[in-house]
Amino acid sequence: MKFSDQLEQRFSTMVTHYPTKRSVLVPMLLYIQDEVGALTDEAIHEVAQRTELSDLEVRNVISYYSMLRTRPVGKYNLQVCTNVSCLLRGADDIFEHCKKKLGIGNKESTPDGLFHLEEVECIGACSWAPALMMNYEFHENLTPTKIDELIDGLKKKEQQ
Amino acid sequence: MAYLVSHPDEVKVVSKRFGMGATNLDRYLELDGYKAVQKAISMGPDAIINEVKASNLRGRGGAGFPTGLKWSFVPKQSAKPKYVLCNGDESEPGTCKDRLIFEHDPHAVIEGVMIAALAVGAKSGYIYVRGEYRYLLEIMEKAVADAYARGFIGNNIFGSGIDLEIFTHSGAGAYEVGEESALMESLEGKRGIPRIRPPFPAVVGLWGGPTVINNAETLASVPHIILGGGEWFANLGTPRNGGTRLFCMSGELEKPGVYELPMGYNLKKMIYEVSGGMTKGRNLKGVVPGGSSVQILTPDEIDVAMDFDSMMKAGSMLGSGGVIVLDDQMCIVRFALRVAKFYQHESCGWCIPCREGTDWMKKTLTRFHAGGGAAKDIDNLKYLAENMLGRTFCPLGDAAAMPIISYIQKFRKEFEDHLDGKPCPYEKAAEPALV
Ligand SMILES: Cc1cc2nc3c(=O)[nH]c(=O)nc-3n(C[C@H](O)[C@H](O)[C@H](O)COP(=O)(O)O)c2cc1C
Ligand code: SF4
Ligand code: FES
Repeated sequence: MKFSDQLEQRFSTMVTHYPTKRSVLVPMLLYIQDEVGALTDEAIHEVAQRTELSDLEVRNVISYYSMLRTRPVGKYNLQVCTNVSCLLRGADDIFEHCKKKLGIGNKESTPDGLFHLEEVECIGACSWAPALMMNYEFHENLTPTKIDELIDGLKKKEQQ
Repeated sequence: MAYLVSHPDEVKVVSKRFGMGATNLDRYLELDGYKAVQKAISMGPDAIINEVKASNLRGRGGAGFPTGLKWSFVPKQSAKPKYVLCNGDESEPGTCKDRLIFEHDPHAVIEGVMIAALAVGAKSGYIYVRGEYRYLLEIMEKAVADAYARGFIGNNIFGSGIDLEIFTHSGAGAYEVGEESALMESLEGKRGIPRIRPPFPAVVGLWGGPTVINNAETLASVPHIILGGGEWFANLGTPRNGGTRLFCMSGELEKPGVYELPMGYNLKKMIYEVSGGMTKGRNLKGVVPGGSSVQILTPDEIDVAMDFDSMMKAGSMLGSGGVIVLDDQMCIVRFALRVAKFYQHESCGWCIPCREGTDWMKKTLTRFHAGGGAAKDIDNLKYLAENMLGRTFCPLGDAAAMPIISYIQKFRKEFEDHLDGKPCPYEKAAEPALV
């Protein structure tokens, strides 16, 4: 895989920040994933070469971090927190509502590849619970209506 | 966007600049920005450490270790470079305060890292931000770039002859990486498996060099201590517990939110006055006062001062500042199950008592809550958790076991009410959404 100009620039700057090359690994993998959609074999190989690690070592790191993945998911990744503060404010119902609305279950994507749904641990929005993240965007103090608006809005945007 | 709240009892120190546009460097300078670091340069390392010691500042990440003391453990002479590492992994359920600091006062974090670096003689500092907090990482990145552009960081800072570099670093999803030694592993590009201690990070840390690791709120408090003086800060709190704390109030409260209150503020008042009391129609069932890892308190145990020592005395911990308030519509078994599920998911799997123990707790509670429990399960669960205590490689094992033990000790009847295949009597939706 050839890095885009943006990734190339990220990498060349970041690698100067640490005494060892592999220290760039965790953030770099996330940036690549954000651009490519997933950590493909080619992407892993490229990073491994640049950090002087084996592909296997890179895979080993990837498997530890919950945000890193080797397969792409739907374009809009809805990550609903069901941890305690959210649970107390109805996260179970919120998650059920998302499932129904999208017609998919936990860790599934819609057939058109638009949406992905995931139950996640605390996202740091406890005082504004219940909450979810859509890609990197926080949506808080959720109600079923708010979720409908979010999903319908994204659908509309895609149709245009 | 996190929403701001306020209450007259608040004492705004760390949150002083929230909502005032301090992400903008010029604005930050108008609000006394980068004065503390200049003062710290003139003070020199020993005086900085003494001031922080005098402030009675204790770590806001959870353990409450005295910050000045931690800094004093860093050797003066070191063949290897020294480092400062800001812990912004914030993942303890119930905790959402570092987020506000990054969002509203990023330069205060930078200044805190700088002062810590000056105190211990470090030449580089890293600010680790959890992967999910991308928008905050971007705010921090911009703040760092702006500070470099003005020459506040880099070579010869403020004409002192001291060089100091600061970098931001993103995580990628992992609670365990918040544990200090796992955090260093992660920064070094590895799986977040903790390191054995001793040696402690202050002696052997990042890339083998002495390293100071502090929570973002701890570091953001430091510039205020340098400017206001250690004694002033200490006097805001209670003996041995200096300053204020950002308390994250969550649960069915009328006014949940993050409030900055003096150390030692009464927990009951925090719930019934500051947070407006319980949501209409709900009653208090219990309080988890310091993030999901700590022991629950019953309603008759909450007339206590919220500082590290008083909470220990009350049989719980001040922890991360996440005050999780349970109401009477929450089934304690259901709550326990969600907590167990979290630790099972986050256990790094390195040591057996934690890896297996969390798994068994989750399995037992799943069956139990679904009505398949037997009377002996209750004692077995407690026995299992008690046998994890002190036998794990890092504190995550204790963090998983302690709350479960407390739920059983204090709400045994609720567990017993789930026996004999009866559906959960405590909530409308008996089935957990997902296990
Ligand atoms: C499982 C686990 C998770 C932790 N997560 C965090 C965290 O997200 N943020 C944090 O500052 N400290 C966290 N800590 C505490 C750190 O290990 C460490 O004590 C702290 O960062 C030190 O800074 P302080 O003295 O300023 O609190 C965690 C500890 C454990 C055992
Ligand atoms: S206690 Fe848990 S998280 Fe800590 S090292 Fe053991 S398995 Fe890993
Ligand atoms: S528990 Fe849901 S955001 Fe913290």
